[in-house]
Amino acid sequence: MWNYSEKVKDHFFHPRNVGEIQNPDAVGEVGSLACGDALKLMLKLDTSGRIVDVKFKTFGCGSAIASASALTEMLKGKTLDEAEKITDNDIAEYLDGLPEQKMHCSVMGREALEAAIANYQGVKIEKPVDDGTIVCKCFGVTDNKIAHEVREHKLTTIEQVTNFCKAGGGCGSCHPQIQAIIDEVWQKEKEKAMSEMARKPVKKLTNIQKVKLIQETIERDIRPTLQSDGGDIELIDIDGDRVMVSFRGSCVECPSSKVTLKSTVEAKLREFVTDTLIVEEVAS
Amino acid sequence: MKVVYTDNNATTRVAPEVVDAMLPYFTEYYGNPSSMHTFGGQVARKMDVARQQVAELIGADPAEIVFTSCGTESDNAAIWGILRANPRKRHIVITRVEHPAVYNLGKYLAQNGYHVTELGVDSHGMLDLNELSDAVREDTAIVSIMYANNETGVIFPIEEIGQIVKSKGSILHTDAVQAVGKIPLNLSKSTIDLLTISGHKLHAPKGVGALFIKKGITFTPFIVGGHQEKNRRGGTENVPSIIGLGKACELAKNYMGKELTVVKQLRDTLEEEILKKAPDVRVNGHKTQRLPNTTNLSFEFVEGEAILLLLNEKGICASSGSACTSGSLEPSHVLRAMGVPFTAVHGSVRLSLSRYNTIEDVHYIIEHLPPIIRRLREISPYGREMKAKAQTTRVSAGI
Repeated sequence: MWNYSEKVKDHFFHPRNVGEIQNPDAVGEVGSLACGDALKLMLKLDTSGRIVDVKFKTFGCGSAIASASALTEMLKGKTLDEAEKITDNDIAEYLDGLPEQKMHCSVMGREALEAAIANYQGVKIEKPVDDGTIVCKCFGVTDNKIAHEVREHKLTTIEQVTNFCKAGGGCGSCHPQIQAIIDEVWQKEKEKAMSEMARKPVKKLTNIQKVKLIQETIERDIRPTLQSDGGDIELIDIDGDRVMVSFRGSCVECPSSKVTLKSTVEAKLREFVTDTLIVEEVAS
Repeated sequence: MKVVYTDNNATTRVAPEVVDAMLPYFTEYYGNPSSMHTFGGQVARKMDVARQQVAELIGADPAEIVFTSCGTESDNAAIWGILRANPRKRHIVITRVEHPAVYNLGKYLAQNGYHVTELGVDSHGMLDLNELSDAVREDTAIVSIMYANNETGVIFPIEEIGQIVKSKGSILHTDAVQAVGKIPLNLSKSTIDLLTISGHKLHAPKGVGALFIKKGITFTPFIVGGHQEKNRRGGTENVPSIIGLGKACELAKNYMGKELTVVKQLRDTLEEEILKKAPDVRVNGHKTQRLPNTTNLSFEFVEGEAILLLLNEKGICASSGSACTSGSLEPSHVLRAMGVPFTAVHGSVRLSLSRYNTIEDVHYIIEHLPPIIRRLREISPYGREMKAKAQTTRVSAGI
């Protein structure tokens, strides 16, 4: 049995604003029978553009019904500009939280809202604009949608992706593609962070920042390279700009390790930390 | 709160007679059955009685019964026990509708150097025996096919399956946790080599099971340790639960007639009335080749978890194959394997009865379930399509 908050239970057993509006000003529909949940949201606006009435119909589990009901309560009295700012996390917070596996229910609420606003603005779309290719065939989820959820909610595993947008929750055959999307997103984020770092004006690092950055750079950019040749490296000490390291594995006997020390280790550390570093090999 | 318990394929009430039989083994007879002294030895003799009771229910010899901790352990012990005893054979055959205890073990084996063939089922949940015949090879160490399905109650023709497996020279294991105690079994005239029993599915407590291993089958123990269970399962025996399992098997033997008549009648009434009162509902699984206590119904346009939550408010316990109830968001692999459309899988509800259910329970469900479906369909955006569909049916029927 799911561990639902009292507020979720209340909105499930007594959903607010169920039904349809005659001549609505905006309609947003998302989901499908095959997906296992669907939401139809209808809005009525007054002359000043404020939402005066909201109704919904939903096909879905307890938290899908509760999320839709909560969203309608949140929307009342808001302008579309204000409504647009409501996120899936806001819906979950309004309900005192949702189980992680149920976060896609609040995502569905936000998507229906987006669709309704787009509908009001006269953008004729069936679904939110998404020209990506379908990755999860069971639930019809595109690569763009998955990448969006991964970035937005900082997801790192396939299970989390399934929780937020259902992708991968059916037959499971798309799991390798989902993993590839997760990897790609974080690879890009890493590169972005790197290039920002590289552009950063030189400013004096604190000792702690410097030590941390040196350790990170060794782990990320130096050790994997050496390990692929059967070698390894260990950080022994840091004294001012002097970085003392010791080689391990095949690097110990490698005649070109002196070159590696300067061309790889020192070069990388100068690139990512500060260009005044001097790397020395010490016995350990 | 009133509780109407109709989730007996998940677990059952421990029979009061079983509790009574067990209690002295916590308080008075706490000796270790392996001890040399009389105080422990008397416990061993009581365990022999329990072994006899289990054997009698399934028509086996007591020496063929090994006590375990649960159905999952029995399944693992059976499959690993045969694989380890036949290290040169690297192929096994299972079905797509097995319980996770076998199904996920199959996945694990497939990732770890074994070849695994999964047999499909048709829309009634039945196997194609020709497909089985083609699947069993010279290097097939074991074929593991469940006796009756936990979700739909569909019963496989296990003896015909056994004939095929025997003719191909392989070994047959069957997970019979849902069948034992509900339908009669006679292993003395059977082609089954290994059979899994779970205590808590037949009114014994959780945490005890048994594995039938036919005489003459070479078996390597799954749990290695002491000499218990004739060196087939190490570990000090869970004596009170084993005594309880024995008692539960004795009761099941006495109640067998009731399962096949009274319980079946309750199930049939429940199913027929729900089908009459709620439109757009279908029964999942073979109509006759089915356990007497199980019905699996799919309600179109509504979602299973929402049904369960509302049933729960009325004190009715049931389960669903819907993705939202599985913890992994994965809809029932059994219903998917049967080709049940996603829409119907999401709205599936399983009701499974036991000898403790009454006609009042059945009427209570008949009274409360259809309004719950109506209420959810009123919230559902697919209401209009539903009406449209009904109209088309009427038009095509010439009404």
